[in-house]
Amino acid sequence: MTLATQSRNFPEQVRVARADGNLQQALGRLKFGLTLMRGAAVDRLPEFERLRDEAAAIRDHTLTHLDHYLLRFEQAVTERGGHVHFAVDAESANAIILEICREAGARKVTKGKSMVTEEIELNEHLAAHGIECLETDLGEYIVQLRRERPSHIVAPAIHVLKSQVADAFAEHHGEAPPGGRDEAASLMAEARAVIRRHFLEADVGITGANFAIAETGTTVIVTNEGNGDLTQSLPKVHIAVTGIEKVVPTLEDASTLIRLLSRSATGQEAAVYNTFSTGPRRAEDPDGPEAFHVVLVDNGRSSMLGSEFQEMLRCIRCGACLNHCPVYGQVGGQAYGSVYPGPMGAVLTPSLAGIDAAGHLPNASTFCGACEAVCPVRIPLPKMMRHWREREFESGLAPRTQRLGLGIWRFAARRPRLYRTLAAAGARLLRIAGGRRGYLRRLPLGRGWTAWRDLPAPAGETFHAAWRRRRHER
Amino acid sequence: MARRRVGLFVTCLVDFFRPEVGFASIRLLEAAGCDVVVPEVQTCCGQPAWNSGDRQGAEALAVAVIDAFTGLDAVVAPSGSCIGMLRQFPAVLGSAHARHDEAVALAARAFELTSFLVDELSFEPAPVQASSASAVTYHDACSGLRELGIQAQPRALLAAAGIAVTEMDAATVCCGFGGTFCVKYPEISGGMVDDKLASIERSGADTLVTGDLGCLLNIEGRLARLGGPVRALHVAEILAPEESKGGK
Repeated sequence: MTLATQSRNFPEQVRVARADGNLQQALGRLKFGLTLMRGAAVDRLPEFERLRDEAAAIRDHTLTHLDHYLLRFEQAVTERGGHVHFAVDAESANAIILEICREAGARKVTKGKSMVTEEIELNEHLAAHGIECLETDLGEYIVQLRRERPSHIVAPAIHVLKSQVADAFAEHHGEAPPGGRDEAASLMAEARAVIRRHFLEADVGITGANFAIAETGTTVIVTNEGNGDLTQSLPKVHIAVTGIEKVVPTLEDASTLIRLLSRSATGQEAAVYNTFSTGPRRAEDPDGPEAFHVVLVDNGRSSMLGSEFQEMLRCIRCGACLNHCPVYGQVGGQAYGSVYPGPMGAVLTPSLAGIDAAGHLPNASTFCGACEAVCPVRIPLPKMMRHWREREFESGLAPRTQRLGLGIWRFAARRPRLYRTLAAAGARLLRIAGGRRGYLRRLPLGRGWTAWRDLPAPAGETFHAAWRRRRHER
Repeated sequence: MARRRVGLFVTCLVDFFRPEVGFASIRLLEAAGCDVVVPEVQTCCGQPAWNSGDRQGAEALAVAVIDAFTGLDAVVAPSGSCIGMLRQFPAVLGSAHARHDEAVALAARAFELTSFLVDELSFEPAPVQASSASAVTYHDACSGLRELGIQAQPRALLAAAGIAVTEMDAATVCCGFGGTFCVKYPEISGGMVDDKLASIERSGADTLVTGDLGCLLNIEGRLARLGGPVRALHVAEILAPEESKGGK
């Protein structure tokens, strides 16, 4: 499989995350920040629910005819003097991008925010071949300095406190600038000054693409910092890297999706920059790159087409499901051990990395449904996590204790008389164990429960036993 | 209108842990003019199997529930979670299954208790004595809320019974129960229930009411572990009329 993860260690990573005071402080802000802003933005747009239906339909139509729209996109890009490269997996994507960089004689590459390049681990690949790759999105830059992976698909450094940013800058930039490092504004100014120099020195600029428009051969980035624009317009060569599923038929379709994307992601009516790139610089253009490449990465996505996971490919990476997920809110993104965390990651990661590598992720959900309730393209995320649990169960990968427990329960639940007898005995036993207080502090085989909670003791007589007794007494 | 014959789906948690919720449900349904029957062969809706990826197990139990509840006007459970599962039965069996049509019919007449009382019967409970409910806050259980749209109904019943609800700020956020989730990922579940307790505390309520026993056991269990004045009740327990002495 093609996506590298550390998702097998999820339970350990959860313990680390829960014990990390800085992280918990950072996550506390998430619960009442982005979710409230999204809610307010949705309330201001009466047609929001209708737009969700339209967006889901646009995505479904495109996915049904993906081969057609990919070829149309390629044709449109080529007609305008650009180049489209299809990469079957991470390795081939990295090889294609390295080759373009080498042809440009690149020593230094700047990057706008792109989850697909995180997925394929492009920075490491280019660095291994002597090309410095510098993140220019502030969050990505912070994460790169801290030698971490992003913890959120929209806000990569959401787990980092301001004081930790100051520490990272002190380590990498040296002496503090005149403004000091106490205020967010001065930290931003410092980062801007450092990153600006790199924009001017870069030979190649690499961005992602939120959408690839088939009718015009346009890639679109939706950003707030302007770094993406400098990344793609200043260097001689612009490479846009994105997944094959990001293609949309028309400009009109892209605009429908963009209206949902910003509101769902950050609660903005529109992001600060919505930049459309169509081909390289023309003779009459005042600026722009001399060469325009689009790398469309499959890396396991096409295996989801026609499967029970196809609807996951509707995803427009807004991050709303992460922001509203109470599990994500407890542990943050890094515990998931995948560049795609939270509910969308719980479906996508096993699709790209295999269920054997990422089995914990679709299991670590209460199926509360908050993710599906906010998804702008109405992906049935809990249902898909359940599908992964089915695949896991059917292939015998589910934990043995779970299979055993389930087997015993299933055996009894299908035999009402046996079930009644066992339940009656169990309820009596636990009633006694609960004592006068009526709660159990410890429970054999029940440490998962009693680690945090007492178990309220049963009344002693089950409902069905009591019901039968009362009817006889009448 | 003819009295409705309603089958009570007791749910395995109510059967085992808190039978009073089942009896309270019966009293409420009878007060609302229903004839209540309790099919003897029922056990569980199969959700533990369904959510663990065990399709066959879920299928077998779905068929058992269909068998147990044939010939009734409605199936009512004091749980949005179990009724959410019953509504899934057509998907559990699949359209090719011989019992699929019966699953569709069952799903169409399966109701969570409060929504049945309010939406189907327009029932208004008798006022409850103030002493039994001083300051109540309501936790919206996830399945009921997001699968069945249950939010207004329990509040309408509480209001009709003269019980004021002091809303907590995160009433619709999951409490962290999640079936087997709470024992498989106790650290995450524990963090979630602590957030829920903090929200309850901010509301100032001394009584937590909810409509699903899973959430209730989780929240009550954590309250008991930490020790504190807040008690936890199922919505049926707080609403139901007192049991009449001497039987009927």
